[in-house]
Amino acid sequence: MIDIKEEMKKKTPIKPTIWNIYKTFFRVGAMTFGGGYAMLPIIEREVVDRAGWVSQEEIMDYFALGQCTPGVIAVNTATFTGRKIRGKLGAIAGTVGVVTPSFFIILIVAALVRNFAHIQAVQDALAGIRICVCVLIFEAVTKMWKSAIVDKITLAMYILIVLVSVFFDASPVIMVVLAAIAGLIIKGRKSLGGEGTK
Amino acid sequence: MMIYLRLFYEFFKAGLFAIGGGMATVPFLQDISQNTGWYTSGELADMIAISQSTPGPMGVNMATYVGYTVGHKYFGQLGGVLGAFVSTFALILPSVIIIMIVAKMLEKFRDNKYVNAALYGLRPASVAMITSAGIVIILFSFFQINNVYEFGKAVVDYRSFILAAVVLVCSRFIPFTKKLHPILFIIASGIVGIIFHMSVV
Repeated sequence: MIDIKEEMKKKTPIKPTIWNIYKTFFRVGAMTFGGGYAMLPIIEREVVDRAGWVSQEEIMDYFALGQCTPGVIAVNTATFTGRKIRGKLGAIAGTVGVVTPSFFIILIVAALVRNFAHIQAVQDALAGIRICVCVLIFEAVTKMWKSAIVDKITLAMYILIVLVSVFFDASPVIMVVLAAIAGLIIKGRKSLGGEGTK
Repeated sequence: MMIYLRLFYEFFKAGLFAIGGGMATVPFLQDISQNTGWYTSGELADMIAISQSTPGPMGVNMATYVGYTVGHKYFGQLGGVLGAFVSTFALILPSVIIIMIVAKMLEKFRDNKYVNAALYGLRPASVAMITSAGIVIILFSFFQINNVYEFGKAVVDYRSFILAAVVLVCSRFIPFTKKLHPILFIIASGIVGIIFHMSVV
């Protein structure tokens, strides 16, 4: 009996239930402070490291696509990931999961707490949390680095996009679209040139 | 009833056309306030501030908040809950539909040379975008400025550097604390923030 249970436990990451997906994204939603970008380290931890449902590359793809599809990035990434794990129902479970904490927290704050954002303790806590989020984002970047920056071209693209977005506040949509086109041109040309590398 | 249909319509529109994250929905909210008079721009500013200071994706928080405010204004507490539900649902519906389609196509053409070529370009862009978002947050939380051009006005609080160093060492180098969930670092940092009044520089 114990053996079977152990086996089942091992197999859960392979076929997670809808409830598992919902719970995981519920946690992601509840822990996200400061927008979709801050969510990335959490989602990575929950879905890639802990559950092993999708790979690092896939998460990056979903994140990039989540930027250029309409809507909230965090929700888009959740929909993508949920769908990958368990089809349409998984997508819905992930989406509803990531939204649920927001929904109830906002209802409570809106109904009960006046001037929530102006409370001294809230501002102090957020000042501390923001510092932590910076570190977490830094860690997410170093983790993703290996699978995204694979050669000199991708390194150049990375530096260029960082500079442009920091100094010129350019729209992320345009940059994502341009990056995809650049990828198509560079890689397409390579295969035409007979190098044929993947 | 009309109010809820209108809420649905307005947020469906925002969900469909706001590309690039939570802040992208703000212009739509301003538009709604001008067209309907449901809330003033002062109220909107408060709602944005609260959406930023509560957990969860900002766009969703704002939709829920606006929906609650509008429903509450006309139909009281329960009406507010219904309004929050309608606007949140309307905001995410278009992106869910679009993503189902995009994901299906992605799956179908996964091994396609061109899809892979596009992803080859998308991945560094994705990491670059996270980096620059990180830089913006760093500028704001370590130097109290909103962009690189304000660097002359930077105010440095050494406490934030100490906190960052501690979090970095704990989450990266100490074997025992390395395995801890990021939320624990977030909570601990929040507590440290309260203890040391970190919002006062």
